[in-house]
Amino acid sequence: MNLHEYQGKQLFAEYGLPVSKGIACDTPKEAVDAAGEIGGDAWVVKAQVHAGGRGKAGGVKLVKSKEEIREFAEKWLGKNLVTYQTDENGQPVSKILVESLTDIDQELYLGAVVDRGTRRIVFMASTEGGVEIEKVAEETPEKILKAEVDPLVGAQPYQGRELAFKLGLEGKQIGQFTKIFVGLAKLFEECDLALVEINPLVITPAGDLHCLDAKVGVDGNALYRQKKIHEMHDPSQEDSREAEAAKWELNYVALEGNIGCMVNGAGLAMGTMDIIKLSGGQPANFLDVGGGATKERVSEAFKIILSDSNVKAVLVNIFGGIVRCDMIAEGIIGAVKEVGVKVPVVVRLEGNNAEKGTQVLAESGLNIIAATSLSNAAEQVVKAAGGK
Amino acid sequence: MSILINKDTKVICQGFTGAQGTFHSEQAIAYGTKMVGGVSPGKGGTEHLGLPVFNTVRDAVEATGAEATVIYVPAPFCKDAIIEAADAGIQLIVCITEGIPTIDMLYAKEYVDRKGVRMIGPNCPGVITPDECKIGIMPGHIHKKGKVGIVSRSGTLTYEAVKQTTDFGYGQSTCIGIGGDPIPGSNFIDILALLEKDPETEAIVMIGEIGGTAEEEAAAYIKQNVSKPVVSYIAGVTAPPGKRMGHAGAIISGGKGTADDKFAALEDAGVRTVRSLAEIGQALKEVTGW
Repeated sequence: MNLHEYQGKQLFAEYGLPVSKGIACDTPKEAVDAAGEIGGDAWVVKAQVHAGGRGKAGGVKLVKSKEEIREFAEKWLGKNLVTYQTDENGQPVSKILVESLTDIDQELYLGAVVDRGTRRIVFMASTEGGVEIEKVAEETPEKILKAEVDPLVGAQPYQGRELAFKLGLEGKQIGQFTKIFVGLAKLFEECDLALVEINPLVITPAGDLHCLDAKVGVDGNALYRQKKIHEMHDPSQEDSREAEAAKWELNYVALEGNIGCMVNGAGLAMGTMDIIKLSGGQPANFLDVGGGATKERVSEAFKIILSDSNVKAVLVNIFGGIVRCDMIAEGIIGAVKEVGVKVPVVVRLEGNNAEKGTQVLAESGLNIIAATSLSNAAEQVVKAAGGK
Repeated sequence: MSILINKDTKVICQGFTGAQGTFHSEQAIAYGTKMVGGVSPGKGGTEHLGLPVFNTVRDAVEATGAEATVIYVPAPFCKDAIIEAADAGIQLIVCITEGIPTIDMLYAKEYVDRKGVRMIGPNCPGVITPDECKIGIMPGHIHKKGKVGIVSRSGTLTYEAVKQTTDFGYGQSTCIGIGGDPIPGSNFIDILALLEKDPETEAIVMIGEIGGTAEEEAAAYIKQNVSKPVVSYIAGVTAPPGKRMGHAGAIISGGKGTADDKFAALEDAGVRTVRSLAEIGQALKEVTGW
């Protein structure tokens, strides 16, 4: 789960990291009032969406008057911001963050992720802040400094000092950087983060370190114990069908094609998409119905798949391990009747009682094509969808 | 021979009296697994499925000499369950549970490594040596004792590979689901090393998916260390970047972890890859000459 910048900065502030005074606003009036409350004569206004590249897309602006703030807020609130990281529709803007202006002397980068290879939380720091860090890592990997956190003792201040010296910081900046490093490590572990980035971490003309942006991703598996963070969840930033599927504990990801897929197991669901592509078709979605594949879950899965008007045929691919395929077949028949599925449905059942399941489907009198194998299922569904 | 488990492996179950623990322990016993008891705190001294229930893993190990444990406890309690098993002298921990926080696994994996205990999973179907021992949730009846070792990040894709190797008549030596999480207890390399040494395993099927670089690392390992023929399938050629495909670990991030990269690395290592998961059995036939 991702957080908005203003939410990330709230967490930063709680962990003692230096952030600008800022207020997240829902209306143009609130934004204008916020500038008065913050004070000063220059501010930065930032559209709050779950995507990078906001600056180039016009979603971040330096403003010198309250009139400019009103204009910016009126321009973006209720609209979608399209950046190079979003799709063509962009992400809806429902909040504007108004902040005091921070002058910049130098831009650094500091971030942390769970590194799968080393099985450690790994910190990355660079003098090349304010740009895409993936690009820096690709083109000039020597400019990325790393520090690994030992899970049994946690991040140590010396690791922060080491990074600070290597970044060329000096004087009071060493202590400031170390405090940010240790605070960020504590935040990472205590709040179950999956990723955190301060890009840029700036040095002000007075020589102080300051967190100008906050990108925070939280481990979805840990939300049960992160109640406060869970409440920060903003479903408007996600695909509505994916959000609906999540309510039923179905894993759904929308794709561009016209063949709906319903599969048990995440790996097999991907494998099914791949085999559709190999057979000349295009999958419309990823969907894992899980092990149960009961009538109720299958019904909900059909509803979600068919809410995509591109879908011209559906492939149901179930490997019945311990559950019996004839029971799954009954579930599919019930769901097709209940939901009123109009498009052709190709079903491939394998495993326990598969033949009996296939027979039940064949005798249902519904528009269900029983496939004889996985390859056959893919060919049938591509044909049914009007493919080759 | 086989790897990790055989007909003599004494197995206990943590979360024994819960719904999952009960159902899958019944299946395991019916399959012939040497289940010797289970752990459910507060229910020690009682009996379940005809086996003794213990309050702690230490009690269970002392009373039964158990060497392996299978964990079905809910995700919030798994870190504790894994560390308890490692402290009690269990040598093989198989954790089936899905949804464990990643930070918990960072601690647990580090802990079992320092204790020298092997862990399989989490978020996996488990391990099976056909006709001898089944630890996990895989359907026993699709397996057949034989000569192919199967290692996979996905449960249902493992079953597909098992079905094909059974249908071709080759059977399986041992099948290991290493799980779909970003921090697995054992990775491909750990298992490939065991399968390479196992005299009963004559060929290996390795099933990967998008996310991380475990397949690329495995490819480099195979190139140097594995002499047996390897057939590999990677799921997720059609997966879009930045989206989590069901498994916590199945995500292409920052341009890394694509199926194409993994296929290329494996092909470079001399592994026979298949783009369709329906062709695993046929590819095995071709590379082995069976």
